[in-house]
Amino acid sequence: MMDKANPLAVMPVEKASDWNLFWKTVIARAYPRVVGQQREKSWIFFDIFLPMLAVSAYVFVYRAIHAPEEYIGFVVVGGAMTAFWMNIMWSMSMQLYWEKEQGNLALYIMAPNSMMAILLGMALGGMLATFLRAIAIILLGSLLFHVQYAIGNFFQLIGVFFAAMTALYGLGMCTASLFLLLSREADHLVQLAQEPVYLVSGFYFPIRSFNFWIAAAASIIPLTLGLDAMRQLVFSSGALLGFLNVNVELSVLLILCVVFLFGARALLGNMERLAIREGRLTESRR
Amino acid sequence: MENISTSNRSEIFRSFWVATWLGWQIESNWTRPFLFAIYSIIKPLAGAAILVVMYSVITQGNFNMPIFPYLYYGNAFYQYVSAIMTGISWSVIDDREHYKTLKYMYIAPINIPAYWVGRGVARFLTGSISVLITIAFGVLFLHVPLNLATVNWPLFIVALVIGIAMLAMMGLILASITLLIAHHFFLIGEAVAGALFLLSGAIFPLDVLPAWLRPVGFAVPITYWLELTRRSLIGNVVQAFPTLSHFSNLQLLGILVGLTILFGIASTFIFRFCDYRAREQSLIDRVTNY
Repeated sequence: MMDKANPLAVMPVEKASDWNLFWKTVIARAYPRVVGQQREKSWIFFDIFLPMLAVSAYVFVYRAIHAPEEYIGFVVVGGAMTAFWMNIMWSMSMQLYWEKEQGNLALYIMAPNSMMAILLGMALGGMLATFLRAIAIILLGSLLFHVQYAIGNFFQLIGVFFAAMTALYGLGMCTASLFLLLSREADHLVQLAQEPVYLVSGFYFPIRSFNFWIAAAASIIPLTLGLDAMRQLVFSSGALLGFLNVNVELSVLLILCVVFLFGARALLGNMERLAIREGRLTESRR
Repeated sequence: MENISTSNRSEIFRSFWVATWLGWQIESNWTRPFLFAIYSIIKPLAGAAILVVMYSVITQGNFNMPIFPYLYYGNAFYQYVSAIMTGISWSVIDDREHYKTLKYMYIAPINIPAYWVGRGVARFLTGSISVLITIAFGVLFLHVPLNLATVNWPLFIVALVIGIAMLAMMGLILASITLLIAHHFFLIGEAVAGALFLLSGAIFPLDVLPAWLRPVGFAVPITYWLELTRRSLIGNVVQAFPTLSHFSNLQLLGILVGLTILFGIASTFIFRFCDYRAREQSLIDRVTNY
């Protein structure tokens, strides 16, 4: 509303602060993730099409070696979960590096908001957008390959999923802060974190196939236990092929949530200080 | 007239060699040699290990079945497909959007298709390292059969050379199309490579595919190239799969050469069309900033 005496004067805007500012930042950063990713139709296509290609190829490998049918379901669920890992790597870890390349990172840091809120917004927005893609992959894969589900405890399944996602995106926030220091190598390191992670986390086979200690070490990646627990809960023979008891896996996931979220906060502060000291926040080494 | 033709040839070779050198610098100097070596070893081995674990879980570690070397070699050599094809098409986006040098390439006295193919050579070299590491690992630790004395070397070398030429032509087609599309379609190379991985029978015999998809697999030159490569390395093992067994080596080579020529001709026309459209629509120096 304009002041009649001085038409150029505007009413002062009430500024958000503290938690109000924190949540406004979270929503502001989550918004482009949710809306933007749905607007770009080609991304929706590629995000669903590419994992489906890998899922189909691995399903046909299992068919060629006459694997039991439940392995087909394992591949479909694992393939859907790759969408989350890709989102973590490309849209969380790489994001701050890209923001740096485009010159936005300095603006983020100059603004009076918390960087944790920005990362949390990216995580929540990315999680929701990726969830829709993962559902599409599961639906398509289940229809194409006739996967049968036998959900035992739905609430436990929801609990495992959200614990795995919270821990996973916490891990993504940690790696995002590490990527603040990277330059050209960021792209290659993200690529390096694909196949090896698909392997050790058992995206396409039960993690129990590994030696106990290898599987235990791989459990530091939240998707390892998350996937294993979800498979135990949605397939009739899942429990027989599971690594640990679902309750134990859920407890470990909850511990990972706390570790990664607090770890992200500490890492972000340290890395930001280090990046400022070494002058890396605005560098662009092509 | 002769001078013009000699000058064109020299321009093509110069563009190719300089692009090869440039591509190698870009591909390899992003980190220290040690990290580059780790990257070159871990990535391909992890990809192969996923298949090995899947296979061993189901067969209780019986690596003597013919399907194992079939999928192992198919997966190992398929790394050339994504390396060369995606490498060539990616260089368009890399130059146009990242380095913003595509417009300078266009005004320089170089041959653009030769330059793109040259950029793909670096990926071919890194891909070769991955293929060698994957095969060496399989032979040494997983009993993948390979007897150097019985390998049909002439067939292997001829198939490899034609296969690489065929992949370069496919890469050129993708690169030409990439000229017309925005940065956010950067996944087009991976999408095509992923689709062909499924359709070419790289890691399973084509008979496993649904009947309606098999004709697509038979139309893809990579199917014949992988079959020839397997036959040259482990001829007797491949006999176990009937899909292409009624074709002789010579027939397969003929089909591969024919399809390569077809793709070569197609790439010439597609490049001319896309190049014309890109110039018409001022897309050469476009930065979509995704």
